[in-house]
Amino acid sequence: MVGQLTKTERQFGLAIAVLVTLLGLAMAAAGRQDLLGVHGLIVVAFGVGAAFLVISGAHLPEPAKERLAHYYDDPIKVGIILSMIWAIFGLFIGVWVAALLAWPELTFDAAWSSFGRLRPVHTTSVIFGFGGNALIATSFHVMQRTSRARMPDQLSPWFVLIGYNLFCVLAASGYFIGITQSKEYAEAEWYADLWLVVVWVTYLVLYLRTLARRQEPHIYVANWYYLAFILVVAMLHIVNGLAMPISLASAKSYPIFSGVQDAMVQWWYGHNAVAFFLTAGFLGMMYYYLPTRAGRPIFSYRLSIISFWGITFFYMWAGSHHLHYTALPHWVQTLGMTFSVMLLVPSWASAANALLTLNGAWHKVRDDATLRFMMVAAVFYGLSTFEGSFLAIRSVNSLSHYTDWTVGHVHAGALGWVALITFGAIYAVVPKLWNRKSMYSWKLVEVHFWLALAGTLVYVFAMWNSGIIQGLMWRTYNESGTLAYSFLESMIAMHPYYVARTFGGLLFLTGAAVGFYNIWKTIKEAPAVQEETAPDRPATMPARVGTVEAGE
Amino acid sequence: MFGAHYKLERHSIGFALAIIVVASIGGLVEIAPLFTIDETVEEAPDMRVYTPLEQAGRDIYIREGCYACHSQMIRTLRDEVERYGPYSLAVESQYDHPMQWGSKRTGPDLARVGGKYSDEWHVAHLNNPRDVVPVSVMPAYSWLSRNTLDMSDFDLRLNALSKIGVPYSEEMIANAQADAYGQAMPNSDRAAGVVERYGEATNVRSFDGNPDRVTEMDALVAYLQVLGRLTDAAYRNDSEEALEE
Repeated sequence: MVGQLTKTERQFGLAIAVLVTLLGLAMAAAGRQDLLGVHGLIVVAFGVGAAFLVISGAHLPEPAKERLAHYYDDPIKVGIILSMIWAIFGLFIGVWVAALLAWPELTFDAAWSSFGRLRPVHTTSVIFGFGGNALIATSFHVMQRTSRARMPDQLSPWFVLIGYNLFCVLAASGYFIGITQSKEYAEAEWYADLWLVVVWVTYLVLYLRTLARRQEPHIYVANWYYLAFILVVAMLHIVNGLAMPISLASAKSYPIFSGVQDAMVQWWYGHNAVAFFLTAGFLGMMYYYLPTRAGRPIFSYRLSIISFWGITFFYMWAGSHHLHYTALPHWVQTLGMTFSVMLLVPSWASAANALLTLNGAWHKVRDDATLRFMMVAAVFYGLSTFEGSFLAIRSVNSLSHYTDWTVGHVHAGALGWVALITFGAIYAVVPKLWNRKSMYSWKLVEVHFWLALAGTLVYVFAMWNSGIIQGLMWRTYNESGTLAYSFLESMIAMHPYYVARTFGGLLFLTGAAVGFYNIWKTIKEAPAVQEETAPDRPATMPARVGTVEAGE
Repeated sequence: MFGAHYKLERHSIGFALAIIVVASIGGLVEIAPLFTIDETVEEAPDMRVYTPLEQAGRDIYIREGCYACHSQMIRTLRDEVERYGPYSLAVESQYDHPMQWGSKRTGPDLARVGGKYSDEWHVAHLNNPRDVVPVSVMPAYSWLSRNTLDMSDFDLRLNALSKIGVPYSEEMIANAQADAYGQAMPNSDRAAGVVERYGEATNVRSFDGNPDRVTEMDALVAYLQVLGRLTDAAYRNDSEEALEE
């Protein structure tokens, strides 16, 4: 793969690797009395590894000009594999923490393996490791195809991909050893947060540079979503991450906001991480892979516009619905609730747009598990956005908040929507990237589909039950006007559901493992395509005339 | 509208700027006023800061990710007030960087757990929750009693907090290590300074029952025992009518 880089890119790559190594050494030296030193060594390992990789290919000849007549797909391949590795790891930790709530002794007498440390490892690995890598990889694929242009250079996509994974490794390893800010979905400490800003700006610039090279006059809708994902996540990450390190030689920092303002900032971040990481990014995925797999144009261009701007505007107001009945001023809670309910309109516009796109291709949904992954994902997207608006209503929230219902809701979205659309997209893109006729085994795709669907349903139903029971037990009064149940009684009532939830998670993990095996076999063994039927190449001539209007 | 969009989607920079503008409005309207409207955080003249030992306990609470299962926010609902005590006020987490209101109650709320149980109970419970609550699903935190509390950077911690608005005096920062030690060592010569700097009501005792050294258990229990006790504002707050059934 280094052979594809030009000599100049190799030099720059080496320079960056050396710089990162030096940075790591500085961290290790300054933080030798602190946990920061451990992370310094991890950074050094990344830097040295990257430098070694570049040097090992340094003798190779300059790549042929011919490469410019193709899209640049090497980082996409690596991104897909990394995404699957994170998925297996993150889902495994997820099953473990689920089991710990049913059988709390199922762990070691060691700090790293306690629930409180494993839980952010799970969330970070699946959201940022699995989801993030899949988003970066597919966005590289989609932006080139829909622009009919090759990426402007070959170094920055590698910087984005490897740099992003360095962030994920720093985050997840930190929680094991006790480096965390304990801010939900933003637990990573100050230096990892700063590093992510550098990576993310490079990602944005790469995206805009590719769009600038496009041979299509219009920017396709999938790119709107990927752009919103990149831009808004940057905004959220920077504001929510503002922190005061206790010293440059320590991993510890204190967020600059406190109390009620911090609560609002954290949930403004938290809910919009759901919106722009777990929704906008994956809608970008859906808007490209679903219509191309179904062989149908997007049902409605106007619906796409309405839902895109609706989501971009409304979501940003919704965070305060996480803080109903708290010390947050009432007017902010009311705004959050109102916009959360309105959010249903653009959300369902997207879900409907996806499902109506399948009109005329339902026989393919029946026969093709890959397309079925995407179809079911769109259904779960519709269901969980409805549930989200419902749970944001203050009186409903009084029952559901703090209970497993929230956990069930999150997993309906994360497993049913995010993971299923990702698996669908991966199954659609893997044969294309590795130039295979199809996946190694369509039967294993079917097996994965049913395991994933069954796992999601078991999980979500278990959490609905436990959450509603919990909420009702907490607020039930007996005839003498006192609370009917102790907290402990409500906890005992959860046990069967926690067992069921663990089983559901195990099914989902098994499905992902089957998928990983199938992908690996496809890369290694599946027969290659002999001739290019429909050329998958960037446009060589500017094609400014005769464009088709999307969906009209 | 669709015509305008048809033009907009031909310009990547224009499109990106439009996203930034549209996405900024919600946050600006909801967040900025929280810093300027005075009523957002109540007045509580008796509100005190965490002692260095309590802050260290809070940092351990954060390190172990306790927020994943415990909230520190009693909502304005009758059943919550009857179960946990007066509903939480904004002022009570005024010095909490970051706030630990939480989002999930796998275990009970901890906003007013301070003083509810004895130190001995907390130590036994943290060492192995199932020794005192047989059906508990909480992890055992047995290493807290084994780990000596590392106080080397406590002055840096208080100093960083003072820079972002927690009113620690220079004297408090300079004596951070001594005060942390003294609070868990009631018979040492450093114990008097803690009360002098943080008030008569400060708990000064060996929290983990081991008078020979200061452990992480001392710090965490000191923190848990002060939760909900930094101010009496919530008990003076006579607004029962605000409760919702």
